Amino acid sequence: MITTSSRSAAEAVPVAVSVSTSEWRRTVRYLRKDVKVIMGCIMLGLLVLTALLAPVLAPYDPNAQEFDLLLPPSWQHVLGTDEFGRDLLSRLMAGARVSLIVGFAAVGLAVLASVPLGLISGYYGGWVDTIIMRYIDLQWAFPSLIIAVGLMAILGPGLGNVIIAVSLAYIDDFARIARGEVLALREEEFIVAARAAGGSDARLILRHLLPNSLAPLIVQATVSVSYAILAESTLSFLGLGVAITTPTWGLILSGARGFFTMAWWLAIFPGLAIMVTVLSINFLGDGLRDALDVKISRAE
Amino acid sequence: MRIYLLKRVLYSLLVMWGVATLVFFMLRAIPGDPVTVILGEEATPEAVEQLRHNLGLDGPFYVQYTRWFARLLRGDLGRSILAGEQVTVLLIQAAPRTFSIAALALIISLMLAIPAGIISAAKKHTFPDHLATVVAFLGLSMPNFWLGIVLILFFSVHLRWFPSMGYVPLDDGVWPWLRHLILPAFTTGTAFAAIIARMTRSTMLEVLNETYISTARSKGLLERVVVLKHALRNALIPVITVIGIAFSLLLVGTVVVEDVFAIQGLGRTLVRSIINRDFPVVQGAILLVSGIFVGMNLLIDILYTYINPKIRFE
Repeated sequence: MITTSSRSAAEAVPVAVSVSTSEWRRTVRYLRKDVKVIMGCIMLGLLVLTALLAPVLAPYDPNAQEFDLLLPPSWQHVLGTDEFGRDLLSRLMAGARVSLIVGFAAVGLAVLASVPLGLISGYYGGWVDTIIMRYIDLQWAFPSLIIAVGLMAILGPGLGNVIIAVSLAYIDDFARIARGEVLALREEEFIVAARAAGGSDARLILRHLLPNSLAPLIVQATVSVSYAILAESTLSFLGLGVAITTPTWGLILSGARGFFTMAWWLAIFPGLAIMVTVLSINFLGDGLRDALDVKISRAE
Repeated sequence: MRIYLLKRVLYSLLVMWGVATLVFFMLRAIPGDPVTVILGEEATPEAVEQLRHNLGLDGPFYVQYTRWFARLLRGDLGRSILAGEQVTVLLIQAAPRTFSIAALALIISLMLAIPAGIISAAKKHTFPDHLATVVAFLGLSMPNFWLGIVLILFFSVHLRWFPSMGYVPLDDGVWPWLRHLILPAFTTGTAFAAIIARMTRSTMLEVLNETYISTARSKGLLERVVVLKHALRNALIPVITVIGIAFSLLLVGTVVVEDVFAIQGLGRTLVRSIINRDFPVVQGAILLVSGIFVGMNLLIDILYTYINPKIRFE
């Protein structure tokens, strides 16, 4: 960015932002060459399309119990039928919707709730930081899955409740990362300069600290989508997820539990659907981590 | 260092107090009256009163809170609504099963992951490395309950090598115990093994670039000695950090695996009691699992002060 002398000092500061813009461009160039990222994008793109177009693409009504029970895969039923005579492919397509909605919505909600917490905590320090971090430490004491399971016990089944439970379970991760980034950046020269130039707190946080903390947050968010999808399928499988009437991958698997020895397709395909989805996001996340050169220490 | 340790212990106790308070509020956060939720609308007033007392939901709020802690400190978690038994008794029965699975899962995953990581790093960008990478990605992306199902279908139903469900205590012999645990432990450990394999690979690659490795090589040492003796020791330090929190993570991983293999451990106890709305058991199980989590973190911190002099002399 070229700064002309007619601009005020406060506006001249965002040089740091322009540096990061060219960094993003380099990142995108890097990503385009990464085979994992390309594969991940294609797989995820196809899955999103399938989920969006499920009502049009699905060969049958996912809830219609109108076929013979436990039919093996054939041309009429590409993936066979289930224990109630429903078409498995149509049900898996409907399940894709639930998985992807929960995955993206839960992470979106967690980011919206926790990144401001982390930024404020790191920026202001003092008692604000103490209160927020004590809560985050407390949540840290509970394993994520236990939080989600416990919340589902309180909230009861339902799509909205699953999204809330899963997103709350991941709030501590994002808040910690955002806070850590702010603490590391707070004393950097460009931040000190921006403050000296008279930038307000809000401007400092939103224009300078947030953009420069994005890389690890983006990687964490991507990886968290895969955790969230796994968490949703786990909750469904345990019978603690969405309503029993909604076809989800976890529910399809748990419903068919008594029939696996008679109908291998009921055991294999729903699990494959979950794995391919999570794999595509893991490919993306790994590529992003390499491209943005982020190290995330917490392994889960 | 004494002061640091004391601070850590006190802090962990504070966190446990917070955990217990949250679990206390959990029962009260259920929309509506939990007693009506459990018993239904048609329950007799006596039954309602009885359960209200059993759950500690009678009396003013501060009385409920102090009583909850007074009971907790005595190790009294109340009685299961469904089984009528003391929650502590149920948990003590369940815990060894979960611990066995988690411990075996840790051993299996380390035995697979660390060699895989070393080979991957030593033979970077060759077929074994690519294979290990693909397997690790698949392991990370597989839902563990599905892996459990597939393993049961193949090893229990098809090959008949291992039983598909249940648990046999160690007192009945090592082999029967192990036979029942191998599949659940493998299932629980897979995702963790994938993480450790990737970590070992990347830290090994970093270490292999260090100058002291070049020195070791230029001395004419065998590559095997360089990799296994000089590089591995230094590469394993960050891996050990992760192993520290691993046991707690594996413990949580067993929640759904126990359900698949029908082993009545802590996880299955928790899930079943949520479905049956047996809230005293839910509270007890969550408290225990979180307590173990907090305790393990404390233990790792204490071990660290012994391993890492930087913290020790702070």
